[in-house]
Amino acid sequence: MAKFNKKKSGDMPAISTASLPDIVFMLLFFFMVATVMRQNTLMVENNLPFADQVEKLDKKDLVMYIYAGKPSENYAKQYGSSAKIQLNDKFADVSEIAAFIAAERASKREELVPFLTTALKVDSDANMGLVSDIKKELRKVNALKINYTTKKGSVVEQ
Amino acid sequence: MAKRAAPEVNAGSMADIAFLLLIFFLVTTTIETDAGINRKLPPMEDENVQPPVIKKKNIFTVLLNGKDELLVEDERMELKDLRQAAIDFLDNGGDGSCDYCKGAKDSESSDNPDKAIISLKNERETTYKTYIAVQNELVAAYNVLRDRRATDLYGITFAEMEANYDDVNWPGNKTKLKEQIEKIKLEYPQKLSEVQ
Repeated sequence: MAKFNKKKSGDMPAISTASLPDIVFMLLFFFMVATVMRQNTLMVENNLPFADQVEKLDKKDLVMYIYAGKPSENYAKQYGSSAKIQLNDKFADVSEIAAFIAAERASKREELVPFLTTALKVDSDANMGLVSDIKKELRKVNALKINYTTKKGSVVEQ
Repeated sequence: MAKRAAPEVNAGSMADIAFLLLIFFLVTTTIETDAGINRKLPPMEDENVQPPVIKKKNIFTVLLNGKDELLVEDERMELKDLRQAAIDFLDNGGDGSCDYCKGAKDSESSDNPDKAIISLKNERETTYKTYIAVQNELVAAYNVLRDRRATDLYGITFAEMEANYDDVNWPGNKTKLKEQIEKIKLEYPQKLSEVQ
C-alpha cells in the first residue's frame, strides 16, 4: 500500500520556468520583425495635422517622402526658424526637389515609376507658401500623385 | 584521470537577456502606418489652351486667407459648416438631369454633380493645418454623397466597397464591384480645383 500513499506527501512541485525564455524569445522575434527603423533622421519639427478622411498609404517602397517644417531645436541656431524642406537627410532648397525626384525614380524599376507617390509630411504650423512651392516643383517634374500625410483624428474641434 | 562530463552552463539568466532585448525593441518600435489624403496635382497647363468657360453658379468658391479665415461663396463661414454647405452645393441638381440628387434643386446653385466644381484658393500665409482641415471637409462631402448613393444602390457604403476591392480574401466578384465603384465615382466625380 505504500505505493499509493506516496502521492499524498505534501509540497506542490515548483512550476518549471524552463520555457520562459522561449516565450520571451517569441515576443522578441515578433517585435524585431514588426519594427520599422526610421529611414531618415528628422531634422525638422514634424507635428502632422489631423484629418479623418484618410486613405492608407501601402506599398512603402513606392513612396517618396518630402518633409517640411521648422528646423528642430538642434538646428535652429544654424538654420534659423523659418520652415525648411528636408530631403533624405539634409535640408534642401525648393529647386532641389526635381533632382530628388529624378534620383528616386532612377532607383526604382522602370515599370513601377508611374505608381510612385509623393508623401508630403509637413508640419501643421508651416504656411501654405512653402507647400505651394513644393507642389509647383512636383508638377514641373510630373510627379502628380501626392499624399498629404496626416494623423487620424477629427478636424473640427481643434 | 577519469573523464569528467563538462558542467552544464546555467541557462537561468537567458530569460533576463531575452527580456532586455525585448524591452529594447518594445521601446524603439513605432508601428508606423502612414495615412493621409490622396490628391492628384494637375499637370502643367499649356499656355495656348483656353480655359473652358464655366457658369458661375457651377463653381463653389472656398477662400482661405492668411489669418485662416474661411470665405465660402462670398460669405464668412465656420469650418464645421463647410461640409454641409459643400454637400448642399454638389447635391443640388438644379437642371433636373440628375435623378439621384436629393438637394434643393435651386436654380441659382449647381446644375448637376458632374458640372459642379469646388474651387479652393489659399494665400501663402495660410497655415498648413487649416488647409488640410478644409481639404478634409471637402473630401468628406464627396465621401458622404458617394456613401449615400452606394447604400441606396447596393446596400453597403462606398468606403466598404473600396475596402472589399482591396481585400484579397473578399469572396465576391471583383470585376462587378469595380464597375459599381466606377459608376458611383462617375455619378459624383471629385472635381476639386485649386487656384495656383
